[in-house]
Amino acid sequence: MSEAAIALAGLERNYGERAALSDVTLELAPGQTLGVFGPNGAGKTTLLRVLAGLLRPHGGEVRVLGEDLPRAAWKVRGRVGYLGHQSLLYTDLTVRENLLFHARLHRVAHARVDEAIAAVGLERRARDVLSELSRGMVQRAAVARATLHDPALLLLDEPRANLDPAAAEALEPLIGRASGRTRVLVSHDVERGLAETDVALGLRGGRQAFAGRADVAQVRELYAR
Amino acid sequence: MTLRAALAILRKDLAIELRTRQSVPAMVLFSVTVFVLFHFGLDRDELDGPLASGVLWVTLLLATVLAVNRLFASEREDGALEGILLAPIDRTSVYLAKAAALFLYLVVFELVALPAFAILLLGPNLLDAFPALLAILLLADVGLAALGALVAGLAAETRARDLIVPLLLLPLLVPLLISAAKASQPLLALQPRAHELGKWLGFLALYDLVFVLLAVAVFDFLLED
Repeated sequence: MSEAAIALAGLERNYGERAALSDVTLELAPGQTLGVFGPNGAGKTTLLRVLAGLLRPHGGEVRVLGEDLPRAAWKVRGRVGYLGHQSLLYTDLTVRENLLFHARLHRVAHARVDEAIAAVGLERRARDVLSELSRGMVQRAAVARATLHDPALLLLDEPRANLDPAAAEALEPLIGRASGRTRVLVSHDVERGLAETDVALGLRGGRQAFAGRADVAQVRELYAR
Repeated sequence: MTLRAALAILRKDLAIELRTRQSVPAMVLFSVTVFVLFHFGLDRDELDGPLASGVLWVTLLLATVLAVNRLFASEREDGALEGILLAPIDRTSVYLAKAAALFLYLVVFELVALPAFAILLLGPNLLDAFPALLAILLLADVGLAALGALVAGLAAETRARDLIVPLLLLPLLVPLLISAAKASQPLLALQPRAHELGKWLGFLALYDLVFVLLAVAVFDFLLED
């Protein structure tokens, strides 16, 4: 049996006195999708940032791609693609310059940059600075950044935000199930999110409401209470 | 690997500065304005000796604060710093790149600020003092860059960075100011005097070494959550 891509045991994370995540425990096999559900402030983004190595866990055990966090976070960096609420790109650089910069940091061949631009359909705007692009185009550039280095694990925080239906469809091979990657997906679209999910995690006030299989009614209850 | 990543970050920083022209032009405008203010405030057409040296170095140090405040400005837009932190690189490379960028900004800035000082305020001929002054400037610039990049990294993610940078940076620059000003005084005097240039250059070199080593040792932790 292969090792879990993500294994959490009693994960805790605080912001000052406030517990942002408390006693979160789950396992996700390689190639599976973890759907994370919960109302605003439930701890979803905090969980993604802990898994990305951007935040240190304050308690419990966190194992990502076979490495313990935070001890071996440096081994996980570069194998994770993170798509958050911000593009993590430079607004004064062009799409191509941004991706070339990330290609250098990840030691990815420059030819891959043009492939990534084509894959997100930004060939005609590749030489425009980011501040001149629409929010949807910036999101497409962010998808190119997050997948440029062919990461084993994708951490996706509402990845279809700002995308029109055609663009969302076009990006499926990169960030959808078709990518074949292990994914952690935060979504407020309950039906669609659950349809893509192998393991569902319900969070409320940083506490784990459920982890495993879940139905629409169970997830909706998180938001209703 | 550290050097390679540092070069990538430096290249990106220089590209953004060339495009936006935010740091160096601001430093030049600031210093010229201060020289004009001294010109009228002291009601003197010409300065020499300790006064000339003091005016020059205090102005250079205050102009440096502007660049230090802007050193991580592009990283703060749309979360670009996290894009770097997610890459499989040694975080010391961020420090090396920022220090190198600041050093280059200072050199370019001084190429304009020094002639401006000579025209607006300086009595003695600057060309006579130039070879020795160049050595002082270069050693001082290394120290300013070493400490400036460290303080900029410390303040990068804080809300009160505009206050933290000058309050932290300027007191730590006092030894550098004393050494650079003492070394420059005889060079800017109307009557050249024997002086201890070697001693003050030695102090500056020691200052540079201490802060480069300190920064390399602690910078990784500054960028930790």
